[in-house]
Amino acid sequence: MTAVYLGAGFVILLASAVGLVIVRPRSMADRMLAVQLIGSSVVAVSLLLSVVTANPALLDVALMAALLAAFSACALRLATVVPSRPPE
Amino acid sequence: MSDPANLVTILALLASVFFFVAGSVGLVRMPDTLTRIHSLTKADNIALGFIVVALLPQVGSVADAAKIVAVWVLVQVSSGAVAQLIGEVALAEQAMTPSGLDQPDDGRSADA
Repeated sequence: MTAVYLGAGFVILLASAVGLVIVRPRSMADRMLAVQLIGSSVVAVSLLLSVVTANPALLDVALMAALLAAFSACALRLATVVPSRPPE
Repeated sequence: MSDPANLVTILALLASVFFFVAGSVGLVRMPDTLTRIHSLTKADNIALGFIVVALLPQVGSVADAAKIVAVWVLVQVSSGAVAQLIGEVALAEQAMTPSGLDQPDDGRSADA
C-alpha cells in the first residue's frame, strides 16, 4: 500500500508541476490560480504522507498549507485596484 | 490487497489522481480566466474529497480522522471564497485592459 500512496502523491505533484510549467500566465489571476493548484496539491500530498509515515504532525502541515493558499488569494484581492463602474 | 478497506482506498486514490490531472489540464486548456477558475476549483475540490475518502479507512485513531475531515472542510470553505476573490481580480484586470474581455494569448502579460 505504501507504493500506492507514494505513486498517487507523485502523480499529483507531477500534474500540478506540469500545469505550472505549461500554463501561459496571461494575467495575475491566472498566476494566482497556478498558486492555488500548488496549494491543493501540497495539501493532498501532506495527507498522503501523514498516513504513509504514520506521522500526525503532517496533518497540521496540510491545514497550514490550505490556510496559506487561501490567505494568498485574499492578499492578491486586497492589492488589486478595482475600478469603479458607472451605474448601468 | 483483497481487504475491502484497501480496495476502497485504491479506487478513491485513482479517482483523486484523475481529477487532479483533469484540474491541471483545465488550467492549461480552458479559454479564459473565469472558466479556468471554474475547472480548477471544482476539480481540485472533488479530488481532495476523494483523497479524504481514501485515507479515512487507513488512519489509526478517531482524532486523526477528525483532523483529516477538518482539512477537507477548511479547503471546501476557503475554495469557494478564493474562487470569488480571484474572479473579482480577473474582472478588474479585464476592465483595465483596453481591448475588453479577450487578452492576447501570446504568453505576455496584459499590462502593455
